[in-house]
Formats: sequence, C-alpha cells, structure tokens
Amino acid sequence: MTQAFRIENGGLINREKKLSFKFNGKTYFGYEGDTLASALLANGVHLVGRSFKYHRPRGFFGAGVDEPYAVVQLYRNGETEPNIKATEQELFEGLEAKSVNCWPSVNFDIGAINNFLRIFLPAGFYYKTFMWPKSFWYRIYEPFIRKAAGLGVASTKHDNERYEHKYEYCDLLIAGSGPSGLAGAYAAAKNGAKVILAEDKPRFGGSLLTSDVNIGNQSGKDWADGIVAELKTMPNVVVKNRSQIFGYYDHNMLVMSEKVSDHLPSTKKYHPNKRLWYIRAKEVLISSGSIERPIVFGNNDTPGVMLSSAAKEYLKVYGVLVGRKPLVFTNNDSGYETAIEFKKHGVDPVVLDSRKNPVSEIIDEAKNLGINIKNSYVVVAAQGYKKVKSADIASISEDKKQLGKIENVQCDCICVSGFWTPTIHLASQSGNKTKFKEEIDAFVPGQSKQNEITLGAANGVFSLEETLKTSFTAGSELSKKITENDNKIAIPNVVEKKSSQHDKFWCVPLPKGKNYKRFLDFQNDVAVSDIEIALREGYRSIEHVKRYTTLGMATDQGKTSNLNGLQLVSEIENKVVPAVGHTTFRPPYTPVSIGAIVGREVGKHSKPTRKSPMHSWHEKNNAVFVDAGVWLRPRYYRRGNENLFEGSKREAKNVRTNVGVCDVTTLGKIDIKGPDAAELLNRVYTNSWLKLPVGKARYGVMLREDGIVMDDGTTTRISENHYHMTTTTAQAANVLSHLEYYLQLVWPELNVNVVSTTEQWAGAAIAGPKSRDLLQKLFPNSDVSNGGLPFMGYMEGDLFGVKARIYRISFSGELAYEVNVESDYGNFMWEKIIEVGEEFNIQPYGTEALSTLRIEMGHVAGSELDGRTIPFDNALEGLVSKKKDFIGKRSLQRSAFIAEDRQRIVGVVPLDKQTSIPEGSHLVKDDKAPLPNPKLGHISASCWSVEYDNPFSLAILKDGKNMIGQKLFAMSPLKNKVIPVEIVSSHYVDPKGERVRS
Amino acid sequence: MLYINCPHCGMRSQNEFSYGGDASVKRPELNKEVSDQEWDDFVYNRKSLRGKHLELWQHISGCRQWIKVERDTATHEIFRTFKADEEVA
Ligand SMILES: [Zn+2]
Repeated sequence: MTQAFRIENGGLINREKKLSFKFNGKTYFGYEGDTLASALLANGVHLVGRSFKYHRPRGFFGAGVDEPYAVVQLYRNGETEPNIKATEQELFEGLEAKSVNCWPSVNFDIGAINNFLRIFLPAGFYYKTFMWPKSFWYRIYEPFIRKAAGLGVASTKHDNERYEHKYEYCDLLIAGSGPSGLAGAYAAAKNGAKVILAEDKPRFGGSLLTSDVNIGNQSGKDWADGIVAELKTMPNVVVKNRSQIFGYYDHNMLVMSEKVSDHLPSTKKYHPNKRLWYIRAKEVLISSGSIERPIVFGNNDTPGVMLSSAAKEYLKVYGVLVGRKPLVFTNNDSGYETAIEFKKHGVDPVVLDSRKNPVSEIIDEAKNLGINIKNSYVVVAAQGYKKVKSADIASISEDKKQLGKIENVQCDCICVSGFWTPTIHLASQSGNKTKFKEEIDAFVPGQSKQNEITLGAANGVFSLEETLKTSFTAGSELSKKITENDNKIAIPNVVEKKSSQHDKFWCVPLPKGKNYKRFLDFQNDVAVSDIEIALREGYRSIEHVKRYTTLGMATDQGKTSNLNGLQLVSEIENKVVPAVGHTTFRPPYTPVSIGAIVGREVGKHSKPTRKSPMHSWHEKNNAVFVDAGVWLRPRYYRRGNENLFEGSKREAKNVRTNVGVCDVTTLGKIDIKGPDAAELLNRVYTNSWLKLPVGKARYGVMLREDGIVMDDGTTTRISENHYHMTTTTAQAANVLSHLEYYLQLVWPELNVNVVSTTEQWAGAAIAGPKSRDLLQKLFPNSDVSNGGLPFMGYMEGDLFGVKARIYRISFSGELAYEVNVESDYGNFMWEKIIEVGEEFNIQPYGTEALSTLRIEMGHVAGSELDGRTIPFDNALEGLVSKKKDFIGKRSLQRSAFIAEDRQRIVGVVPLDKQTSIPEGSHLVKDDKAPLPNPKLGHISASCWSVEYDNPFSLAILKDGKNMIGQKLFAMSPLKNKVIPVEIVSSHYVDPKGERVRS
Repeated sequence: MLYINCPHCGMRSQNEFSYGGDASVKRPELNKEVSDQEWDDFVYNRKSLRGKHLELWQHISGCRQWIKVERDTATHEIFRTFKADEEVA
C-alpha cells in the first residue's frame, strides 16, 4: 500500500525502516520516527474518531499534546490502553489502535443520532439528566451513555508492565527543550549546575524543528542538535526526552512521567514501561512554549480542519502533506509560514487573512512565491461530513460584523491560525497569579511564587532573538547563585523574519439564516451556542460556566479551547477578558497512566509484608495465613480437609485441655529505660505503676487525652530502671509516637528513653493446663512452680543454651506463659517447644483459636478497643486509679462518660444455642419495630465457645450493666439474619479467673 | 509535597514526617484542677487558621523527634522550624 500523502524527501523520519501497523483492523505502513497520527495522515486517513457528545466525525487537529480529537485505544504486546493521543504515540512495528467513542464503528456510528437530536443535548444536559427520576437514570441514560461515550476502555487484566518511581534533586529543572530551554540549560550547565532538561516529545528542539531560522550560521535544528549533543556529554546534566513534567507542587517539587517503552513494540526485559520522577529543584525554568489557537467558524470540527502549525509540523518533521488543496485561514503571520512550506513542496495553498493590509517579511516572501492571498477574508463554514470537501468563504468588514457574499471554494484541508497561547499550566500550578497580556490576547505568568521563571513563548515572547538572550541570561544567573561559577557564554547571532501584529479576531459571525455549529471545545463538543445558553441561564463565574458546559474539562484540559471560551464570555458579558479570569490549571498537564502513579507498589508490594522468624515453620506445617496489619499470621494450621471452623475449634479445645503454642512475635514491644521510667508509666497508664517490683508484670490500659482507650498490654519490670512494654499488634507504632510525644514535648524533664524492640524479640505463648509441665522441661534449671514463677511473674531462663525471657501472662485465660528469645533464635525456640511439647499433646494454634479463647473469657481486644470506648465500657474501670492523675483522666468526668446507662461490654448467647451471630449485628429490643429500629448496641466479636460448645459473642450494649438476663434480638441486615439472644456476663468461662493463677 | 527542614536532620520530604496538630496547645499540668472549659479547649477546640500556624510534626521515618514548624496554611510556605524544646519567639 502506498503512502499517498508522503512527500518524496524531507522530514526527520527514517525512511530506511518501514513499519506496518493496524488501525481499526486495516493494515497500513509508516516509517520509524512517525507518530500514529503522521502515519495515518501519510495514508490519507483523516477520520479517526467520533466526538464525545454528538458523535460527529473527528480527524486530527494538532500534532502533539494539544490534540483534542485523535484519542485512540492502543493495543501493544497483549495489553490495551485507552485515552492515547495518536499525535503523541510513536509508531512501532505491529502497533494496533482503534477509534473510541464509536459504536458500532467509526464510519457508522449510532451515537451520531445525537448530532441530529442535539437540540435535546444542550449545555447542562448531564446536570439536568441527573435530576430526572433516578429509575430513568440507571435503566435508560446510564447504559446508553456508558456504551456511547467514553475515551476508551480500561483493561480489566492484571497489568504486566512495570512502573518505577525515582526521586531526584537538581539545581535547575528545565521544562521544555525549545530555544529557551536549550539556552537556559546550556548556560546553567556551563556554570557547573546540576541540570535536568525534560522534553515531552521524542525529538529535542521544540519550535526549532519546524521554524525557518538561523542561529550562529546554522539552521535552528542543527543548532539545537549541537547543544543537545554537548549537554549529553556533561556529567552534571540529565537530558530526557519522552518526559512530560505534568505537575508543579509545593516547595519546588515537580513530577515528570517518562515514557520509557511506549515507543517500542514491547518493553525490554528489566525495563519499566514508564518512570515517574519526583524532582526537587532549587530553580525551575519553564520553557514550555506556546500552542496555536484556533479561529472559530462554522463546522470547524470537520476532519481536515487543523491547526496551521500542525500542518507545518506534519510536513517538516514527518514529510506528510495533510492535503493537496489547502486553505490557510489566519489572523497573523504564522499561517504564511505554513503556506510557504506547502508552496515549497509543489502544493498551491490559498491564504485567507482576516487582516486588511498586513505587511511583513514573511508576507512578502509568500507574495514573491506567488501564493494566492485574500485579505479581509474569512472561512464561514467548512463543508463535507467525514472530510472537508470545500469551504464557504466571504470577505469581512473591518468591524468584523458583516460578511460579504458567500463563495464556495474547493479544498481538502483548512489550516487555521488564530495566533499563539503561551503554555502557562506549570507556572499556574506553582501558584503564580497569571496576568493578561493585551498585545497577545493571552495570559502569561505574573509574579513568581516559587523558585520558577517562565521564558520564551511560554512567557508570551515570540521573538527568537529575545528568547535566546533572556534564556541564556537566566540560565547563567540562576546557576551562578547556586554554584558561584560565572562562565560567560557568547550569545549566538540570530536571523529570523520579523512578524507584523496579529488581528484581534477569533470568531467568524454566522451568516444570515445559517445555524452552523461553531465549536470551542472540540473534545467535549462545547459550541458557541452552549456558552450562550449557560450565560442565559444565569451562570456568570467562568468556573461555573466551565462546569456547566464542560468547556475545557476533557482530557486535553482545553489547551486549544480556553481562550476562545473566555473571549466569548467576555464579549457576551461585555467585560474584558482579564475580568472574566481563567479557570485554575491543575495537575496533571496531560493524562498520566494510573500504573505510573502507583509505581511498584502493586499486589503484594502495595505494602510491606512482615513475617515472624517462625514463618517458614508455619508454612511447612500447613498454616493458613491471615493479614494482621502488615504482618502475616497463621490463622489456623490445617489438618487434612479441615476448614477454618473445624481447625480453630480443635486448636482452641487443645489449649483448654492440653497445651498449645501461639506465635506472638507480632505484638508491639517497647524497651523503656531511665530513672523516671516508672513515673512515665504511671502517667501513661490508668493504673498505678510506682510500686511494681522488679521481676513482675502488670496489665495496663492507656487512654488518649479525650478519655478513649488507646491501647492495652502488659509491661514488665526487668530491672530497677528498665521496663519491657507490650502493645497490641495494630497500635505498636502509635503507642511509640505517643510516648515520644509526651517525653519530648510535654514532660521533657522525665529522664527516660523509649525504643521499639518489636523486631528484636521472637515470642511464643504457651497456654493450657499442661503448660507448666512443658515449661519445666524446657527450663529444667529454673523453678517455674506456682511459687517460683507466680501469675504475672517474670524470670530469665536458659533455653538449651539460648537466653530467654519468661513472662507468666495469659491472654487465653488458661495457665499460660510467654517466652521471648532474640529473633535469630525464634525458630530454634519454636522447634524446641514443639519437640518437647509432643508428650503433652502440644498443638500450635493460630489467631482464630486465639480469638475464640479470649472472647469466651471476656478479654477485650481491638474489636472492643475500637477508638470509641472508655475503660468502663470494657469493664476495665477497676484499673482506673482514683488517686493519681494520668493521660485522659480529666475527660472521664464528661457527663456522657458517667451516664447511668453508659454502654458496657456483655456476653451474648443465641437462644437456640446454634446460630452464630454475625459480627457487627445490631442489638435491638423489637425486631419488628419500624425503621430506623433503635440500636441498643452491637456485636463486637463472635466465636464458637469450645468450653460450652455453642456460639458466644461479645457486645457493647447500652446500659449493659443492668441488661444481664434480658432477651433481645441481634439483627444483621447485611447477612439477612434476625437472631433471638440472651444477654449474659462477658466472662463466660472461668469468671473468677482461677485458671490463670493455678 | 512539602520540604521540611528537620532541625536535627536537615531538609527532608514530607513523606518522612507525620503531622501532629497545633503546637501552641499546652497540656494542663498534672494533678491541677482544670475547668471543663479549659479542658475542652485543650482536648478539642482548635482554631482553623488561614495563614501562619505553628504546628507539630514528627520525623517518624528519620530521627523520630517531634519538631515545631511555622507554616502558612494557605500557601504552605514554611518560615522556620524548631526543636521540641526550643522556645518560639
Ligand atoms: Zn529528623
């Protein structure tokens, strides 16, 4: 297949390497160095999609990041990605892409009916629709809109690509490698500054790639190539292409997305697809250039209507003619540059210039080439449905209100230039309050807010000579401040053609009796008439107009539409543009892949996984693991075909009858040392700590200042000034911060040090009536009798040559001990316990059995200490000292906390002794009461009591103290269950606590 | 992302810190009689300032020190940082 619109020579593509690709199922050819857009245009393909709302045929409008139409679904190496701009996607062998917004196909599109029904889809359509009956919305509108709209389909498959994050620091970050960026980078680099130069396109040089200028006796492009080549050899410079700086955040933090592999058929081994750079820059030079803006006229969205600069770029960079009968419609000199390029390639353009009698070097050149120029002429409307076939043109009066006689001229493309809009997004994101520059009808950055400076076209400076001068100067001044070097650089001579003033003209009036759609926002289908409706309906603020009409809200963020929208509002409202103001620019400047934002923190890597030293033993012994925060803990150890219920019941039962061992390494551990350690504990915990003897442990509860329980655990006095605190697994980090807060800020006079030792100790809880017998065999030289090691006692022991700490504490309510050894010996300890415990029928038990044991004992845990309960609620008021002060004590006097019918922990048993009560169920008096049924309390934890062989739950119940014996209902609408229950004591098993002391 | 000058470690990115609220709040002394109003002011009542605000941050992924940061809540400009025991003039 021939590339009918590719010229013989020229362009920066590699004609040696032909590439095949598919678009909407059809095979085409292009060259290495093409974009998908340039390759399609080379093949004469202009119809690439349908518009968002009216589904009108859409082609290419730009040649880069500003493209509003040509958004495609890309298929690459078995993956698919939506919302890809064909103008940015580089061609590779085997690329496949499809149009979006089309159903069933780009040529026959059902949504295009909207185009004929558009009277029903005016501005605010979506807002108004949302207010219609809800049933209509989800049955009729939503499915229709979902099917017909959208910018492609996100893949539902696992993304096999890898994305990386990188943190970088530099002296000077430069956004954009046009003349300004290159000059700034070069000057700064020569001063020894650490420079990062970022270019979003594959090729460096920006406007120098397409402009007819001369710098230091070289073409603009050759000069740019030379500078880039030199920068690349400098160790203090990072030069990155395919890298878009899309966000400017606080304190000079900028984020850049580097497309590492998108231009390749598949990602190379060990390479990421994209790399997200977080760059902290001392200074930022914004040289992001400018984007040509359209002139608004009838049917200006027809395929074949495009920016004149894009037509020039397709020709100069890709060797592609966007048409053979071009019409150039301009209000400034830029259109002539495009016309001249056409002419040089043997194509005869017609130039319509809205100006009456402009004079400049460029226009002279065009005239000398014999180009047909019509002054005071405009395009009234494009004609043709899927492609421009002709244009209605007319002369226009000087006040731009009256059109002359309408003539129809044949053409196959309309290249439009409405002057240039500086790309101020990054400056605006930095907090810079932009200002309106009258001479160019556009906003430019104002006073710098962060350490940023905007230069060149991005600052509204369109003269190359001035751009280079200011940028070289800025580059050397900014770097001089940092490196204190001052290497002078000679600013090269510049030859460029002088331009004349542009015409402040942006919208062609409608001819009498015609009602052409004149689009402002091409991607979101916002036309002049929509803005008029919004204003008629009373919207005034530009932010409201934007949201009501969706002007500038598409994925191109109104790069080509914003200013024309503002012009229109200002005209109708009779205000000047700066008074209307522009909408706020927010990151990202261009769409960024979610994958790039997430980076490598996906799947198992979305958070770290913590494992105890005994983890491999658990794995080998059929442990079924459960996430406990970031820890992996055995939930139960499966035997045969056991399920969770059967396995955990067996394990819990074995603890009650023989002995079990549980990995408790995950408990938070904090080492506390210093002469004031006891005083700190006394202030942190609700109970008294000043008289705890050495070698004794104590259970404690700590509150937040608002009186709510923060955490509980045991703390042991290891020696005179040395304590070992344990916290719950979940609260370990918070408790450490809490202690540090009081020690550093509130009571700095206390001489105490705290440090986390969670990872230094491996822990095993040995629980059950036979635990002492086992312990004695593990520590034959220690006296672990009830007298030698009483309840809440502590001793050190020798575990087959390993130093161990033995605490007689119990969470299960059984006679129990906890043995700690240094983590490296954790597995050794565990294996010894299992080996020696064999004769006592030891079984390891997981968190499910652990829960069962604590629930039927009425011991509180995280589900009761849920950030909403005070000590009384958990039946822990006995631990609240009346004598001393402590953190949060004063709050316990709050009237709600001392109310007579204050909530309190209770036990709950189903009347049928069969039905397990779902956790989270509400307790109500009357299951038939009308909704909302008054809630008396909720089920905090449920288990199957192994002691009584029936379900048992804990609940936090209003007036729980006086509710024992009452019959209520546990309701779980979620599980569709209503269970009649009886309220009992929370201490279901061994209420006097005799076993732990036995 | 803010760039915070830890008085112990130097310039560090915000993601090494955790926020700790208003640094001007003073905890009533232990064992002192305090009125409901005083206690409520200490526990709950905070000004939601626009502008200069003295606040606490903890360098949790660094030196673990609590520090005071003088920051503009509207512009995020950070003026000064202080050690926990430094008096703010
Ligand atoms: Zn620090």
